[in-house]
Amino acid sequence: MGQQVINGFFLGSIYALFAVGYTLVFGVLDILNLAHQAVFMLGAFCALALVGGLHLSFALALPLAVLFSGAMGILLDRIAFRPLRGRAHSNMSGLISSIAAATIFEAIALQIFGPDVSRFPFGSFPDRQFRVAGAVVSTIQLTIVAVSVVLMALLTYLLKKTRLGRQIRAVAESPRAARILGINVDRVIAASFFISSALGGAAGVLFALAFNNLSPDMGRSVELKGLAVIILGGMGSVTGAVTAGFAIGLIEVFTVAYLGSSYRDAVSFAVLFLVLLVWPRGLFGRVALREA
Amino acid sequence: MGALEDFFLTYQSAIAFIGIDALLALSVYATLSCGQLSLANAGFMAIGAYTAALLTLHTRLPFAVTLIAGALAPAVIAVPLGLPVLRLRGVFLAIATIGFGEVVRLGLVNWDYTNGALGLVSIPQRARLWTIYLVLAIALYFFSRLRGSRMGYALEAIREDEAAARTMGIDTTAAKLSMFVLGAALAGLAGGLEAHFTFMVAPAGYDFSRAVDMLVYAVVGGATSYLGPPVGAAFLTLLPEVLRAIGSTVGLTPGPLRLFVSGAILLAVVLFLPNGIISFSARFGALTTRRERS
Repeated sequence: MGQQVINGFFLGSIYALFAVGYTLVFGVLDILNLAHQAVFMLGAFCALALVGGLHLSFALALPLAVLFSGAMGILLDRIAFRPLRGRAHSNMSGLISSIAAATIFEAIALQIFGPDVSRFPFGSFPDRQFRVAGAVVSTIQLTIVAVSVVLMALLTYLLKKTRLGRQIRAVAESPRAARILGINVDRVIAASFFISSALGGAAGVLFALAFNNLSPDMGRSVELKGLAVIILGGMGSVTGAVTAGFAIGLIEVFTVAYLGSSYRDAVSFAVLFLVLLVWPRGLFGRVALREA
Repeated sequence: MGALEDFFLTYQSAIAFIGIDALLALSVYATLSCGQLSLANAGFMAIGAYTAALLTLHTRLPFAVTLIAGALAPAVIAVPLGLPVLRLRGVFLAIATIGFGEVVRLGLVNWDYTNGALGLVSIPQRARLWTIYLVLAIALYFFSRLRGSRMGYALEAIREDEAAARTMGIDTTAAKLSMFVLGAALAGLAGGLEAHFTFMVAPAGYDFSRAVDMLVYAVVGGATSYLGPPVGAAFLTLLPEVLRAIGSTVGLTPGPLRLFVSGAILLAVVLFLPNGIISFSARFGALTTRRERS
């Protein structure tokens, strides 16, 4: 029981970190960025290249991979979202152009790393296990939870207390009003993409560290899980994404433990579906999901 | 005549897949034509394919009957699914339908009666090229009659502005639901045809990426006319064949190249040709006339 809670918490921290970036872009732009999973995958492969190719230590590779993912986010905004801004139905075409960008990113990773599973070289991260109150905890798990909690706390601080955070919230409220108030909306959106993708990339690195299993399509299953998280948490809500991330992680671990591993994904999607139909605001959502 | 026969034999499966993909693209077009982005059609396709395949394997019903059953089963499911789901706004409809598709796929993976993840095999090959293209022709004829009809205008009005359409007295729920059900039936038909052409059905063939593929065909071809989706399907289904030839001469691995090119084409279409490749000539014409004027 205690072991399941720990495992769920650990899986949930990765889901939460992934979903926070997902929901941030949705809150600001009202666009579902389906390329978030590709940035997640690129972040993981970037860390792999740094650790496996350049023999950097993991502590150095993580921040570099996070920066790289953030830069990819800015690129993503430039090629897939910014050209569409101001067009009619731009949230629909944005969804499709993000699929296109994800395909391109995946093709690049496939060309460089091949379709087979890649792994970090053995021993690139020291892993020790110890027992806490009858449950086994590993240093990798602790690192993952610590890194994701710190990053999410930083994001909350940034959104609540800093000038950029206030600007992001203003743009999320109304881009037009923000522009009238003298905010450079395009720059704020680019910054949101940087933050969102940096967090997505960090989630990718942690996911790769946890399962040591990297492939160009590794983001796809997490993407769908991330959708369940942001819907349950309420679209656009960072607090909701964090809470729901941990909730989905726990649900998944308990499903595997009590119903069998073949149902692990089915339960998340059932949750996603039911929340949308019965309780579309989610836990902390405030956006209108239905038209008046 | 001999050359033509050779051509058909070599490219028979490619031609068949174009027809099936065109039907799938039309099934997405059905909901897009009233402005609704649904990604449920891979799930509907799976339901249709499994229904038709199970009927063929376990009964002696003629192929036409099993195909129609494969279209009706997803259509019947689409009614109770569509009623609540179609009330969701834009992106949320897409997400809910993604959820539905995954639940169908995972349900099939866990269903022992249909061999779980392995699926059903040795389905007799009953679909011929002419069956596939006959179904496609009927679907295209239906959409051509729809355009310009009362219902067709209603759908266009909903796509442009749903609230305004409702104010004008259009029953938007009924219109959206009927297109959702029509899309489900078309996807089911395509599923049934594919199952009886490739001998097999398996849950992996109906995953999220399949739903995305259908959407991409419709968008690349152009979702403002019923002719766009089949054009997009033909273009993107033939593309791998062409790229394989190019890739082998340039020395690139075909897999990544195909992904890259289809992603780049999709991006280019969304950015520069929002009405799809069928609008290319009109758009190009507009460009040249503008240049002449200036």
